Amino acid sequence: MPVDVRLPTLLRSQTGGRSTVSVEGKTIGDILNELVAQYPGMGGQLLNEDGTLHRFVNVYVNDDDVRYLDLLDTPVKPGDEVSILPAVAGG
Amino acid sequence: MLHYPITVTTIRASKPGPRYNPVAMLWIPSDLHAEMVAHCLVGLPDEACGLLAGDAEAGEVSICYPARNAAKSAKVYTVDPRDMLQADKDAESRGIEIIGVFHSHTHTDAYPSPTDVDQAPDPGWHYVIVSLRDTHPVVRSYTIVDGEVEEESVVVLNDALVPG
Repeated sequence: MPVDVRLPTLLRSQTGGRSTVSVEGKTIGDILNELVAQYPGMGGQLLNEDGTLHRFVNVYVNDDDVRYLDLLDTPVKPGDEVSILPAVAGG
Repeated sequence: MLHYPITVTTIRASKPGPRYNPVAMLWIPSDLHAEMVAHCLVGLPDEACGLLAGDAEAGEVSICYPARNAAKSAKVYTVDPRDMLQADKDAESRGIEIIGVFHSHTHTDAYPSPTDVDQAPDPGWHYVIVSLRDTHPVVRSYTIVDGEVEEESVVVLNDALVPG
């Protein structure tokens, strides 16, 4: 069962401008890996080389930040909405 | 003469679009400019931050989203991820998008720090810095593309001053 994933402006160049894509997966890790499989250009922006979540992105299941849930192990069920946004920070 | 404590440029009636003006600029209504500065002052002694949404192509802000600084620090800021999502969804529902971020520098110039440059999330965004170092807040805006910082003009729009 695919889940809708909302993409930030910066990643839409990879999807031909589409702001939402449907991706299969049971966890956030599945979803991100599937996204990278379909759009390899997203790889370096979503995940680190060791497979962990890149610190410059926030990933949400519905309204909750996965960093406050189980990170990449956070489960996703049909009907959930996943959002990816830049993590905005500075000094 | 209406007194307003910031520079007000009353050229809305003839505002050029990006087609006519290749130089980067940030257009912001005076009430949103004031809201942004007020949020920074209220946030003291910590740095404060927020998001700006509007028309990306024109560089015109139509909504200011004050956010919580999740870092709760006088030296760094992190836009609270929940506030980021809420702002993004609200902007999307209005057919606009996030076009920039503002944050305060409590004791330094209104110029991007090395951390600001390293962590700049989007080359299309406007990066506004509100310096509270001096009594009078200083607001400046930049683009940050591949680590290159370029200052841009901030045009404060005040409809009340446009004749007719």
